[in-house]
Amino acid sequence: MTTAVENPGATRPRGARDLIAALEIDTRLLAMAAALVVIWVGLDILTGGIFLTARNLWNLSVQTSVVGIMATGMVLVIVARHIDLSVGSLLGFVGMIMAVLQVEILPIGTSWTWLVSLAAGLIAGCLIGAFQGWWVAYRAVPAFIVTLGGLLIFRGLAWWITQGRTVAPMDPTFQLMGGGLDGSIGAFWSWVVGAVFIAAALFKTVRTRQRRNRFNFPVRPLWAEALILAVSIGLIVSFVLVMNSYYRPRTQIPQGIPIPVLILIVVAVAMSALTKVTKFGRYVFAIGGNPEAAELGGINVRKVTVMIFVLMGFLAAISGAIQTARLNAGLNSTGSLLELSVIAAAVIGGTSLAGGVGTIAGAILGALIMQSLQSGMILLDIATPMQPVVIGLVLIVAVWLDTVYQKRRR
Amino acid sequence: MTGSVPLVEMRDISIQFGGIKAVDGVTVTLHPGEVVGLLGHNGAGKSTLIKILSGAYQANTGSILINGQPVDIRSPRDAKALGIETIYQTLALADNIDAPGNLFLGRELMTPWGTLDDDAMERATRDVMGRLNPNFRKIKEPVKNLSGGQRQSVAIARALHFNAKILIMDEPTAALGPQETKQVAELIKQLKKEGIGIFLISHDLHDVFDLSDRVSVMKNGKLVGTCRTSEVTKDEVLGMIILGKLPGQQTAAELEEMH
Repeated sequence: MTTAVENPGATRPRGARDLIAALEIDTRLLAMAAALVVIWVGLDILTGGIFLTARNLWNLSVQTSVVGIMATGMVLVIVARHIDLSVGSLLGFVGMIMAVLQVEILPIGTSWTWLVSLAAGLIAGCLIGAFQGWWVAYRAVPAFIVTLGGLLIFRGLAWWITQGRTVAPMDPTFQLMGGGLDGSIGAFWSWVVGAVFIAAALFKTVRTRQRRNRFNFPVRPLWAEALILAVSIGLIVSFVLVMNSYYRPRTQIPQGIPIPVLILIVVAVAMSALTKVTKFGRYVFAIGGNPEAAELGGINVRKVTVMIFVLMGFLAAISGAIQTARLNAGLNSTGSLLELSVIAAAVIGGTSLAGGVGTIAGAILGALIMQSLQSGMILLDIATPMQPVVIGLVLIVAVWLDTVYQKRRR
Repeated sequence: MTGSVPLVEMRDISIQFGGIKAVDGVTVTLHPGEVVGLLGHNGAGKSTLIKILSGAYQANTGSILINGQPVDIRSPRDAKALGIETIYQTLALADNIDAPGNLFLGRELMTPWGTLDDDAMERATRDVMGRLNPNFRKIKEPVKNLSGGQRQSVAIARALHFNAKILIMDEPTAALGPQETKQVAELIKQLKKEGIGIFLISHDLHDVFDLSDRVSVMKNGKLVGTCRTSEVTKDEVLGMIILGKLPGQQTAAELEEMH
């Protein structure tokens, strides 16, 4: 299987299996991408061509950002053999803190009101994460219980802060984070973002090749490298094109990439880097793979555990800001049941509940798949009570398929 | 050799878990270039004793001396800083991580930018694995995809790469086939020549008798005794393990009953 990889510039592949082997792509990720394409095409046919319009895809991307951002954190939580059931409540509580600060405590209409309230929200998210992580790591209470408690506590607190009142409206600058009317970066900057990613992809490919050649490590065949680059660039360009094809209402001005989606992209890049090139990321996976080995290796497992929950709290706070900005109000019910979507996204994205296995890209694909189904069902006018029924069944079947696939690989 | 200062001296070590004395007043020594077999039934306290040396447990009483100097080992990190490397029976590998990741687990090489230096770690792994197991190819695969012998090589490579002065091997050949067992035996002889002191832990006398210079036998948390392998027979050591008595105290009738 590895022959094509071991000999640089080896012969062209004979079958699909050789092709995938030479490309060194995660087959699980590939299967998920294929599933997404099938779902999209299927929904497009069923909806008579409404699904794959720029408008719907643009909305879909905004809807995916809240769950997607949290799912990247949930991957680390689950990889380390924990779970976080509190993220929906945490999002609601932190969103409420930011709303109350903007509307009732800080002066309205200053240039810094949004920034201070956002910072306060992010710090609150980290502190809540640290609180829960401490119970898990230093008091050995199972994460399921601690965060189940958190689910109740923070939902209750979100209600208690304003005694159930809805707080609105948000600061105009803060609202941009929700991707509303003006919450996109326009055509020009969207192309700039696209160009940066293309440059990064080229740079990374060349650098990796140079380094691996210098040490005489095996490298991918050139044609495989070129194919991967071409596909990546194609995806980046199509993404920007789609985002720029949706116009502001009653104008010909392209929307471009929505700010919440931009935040999701930044979070995804940062979290991928965190898992791949930092000690912290390595330790999270080691703990998930074999906690005893991690301990014997001298890793401070408790500290890492707390850090994981702090990170999860931080990401939930970012999502809280986006959701509150989008709704343009602080409600005590914001984010109810969202923890389940986040966990489902991570799991559909290939994160193993047994720990040790999961990818950031997979979790975002998982979130996109879930959101696509949800959006498709709305377009198809499927009765509201039936929508969670479908999502639930998809979750079970997706994990079953993954189990079958994992067994077969061995 | 007995006149010189021992590389390791564990003096009068005791530890208890919930009122049960897992190790009770045990003293063992290890000299440079010496192999000491630590024998006893499952549950005799061998692994617990050795986990005290490797920093996984802390003794309730007793002291540890390295080259005659008292040391305080509070964590696996402390032990490694003193040149004590352990190859656990379970191998202590994170199955989902590749060989370089496991080799450097907890001691990662970093680039000047503070990121993992995967290239340097891969290079070092290829180096050390090349010496141990030249056929080893699956450098970038999670170690769960490796065979028992290959996984063992990764665990041994981890100890060797960091220039162990004291090596602890817990049931080193339990999971191996005859060919791989022979390789490990060769390796032990080679390391001995380099002046490394080795504790070999096993519940099976035959695994370690021929490799060891001395054997220390434990039973029910206590040390039965320590003998030079050149001065006792396998049967006498077996008697120590089963009867918990020194060779001189074993009667012919008791030895007969063992078989």
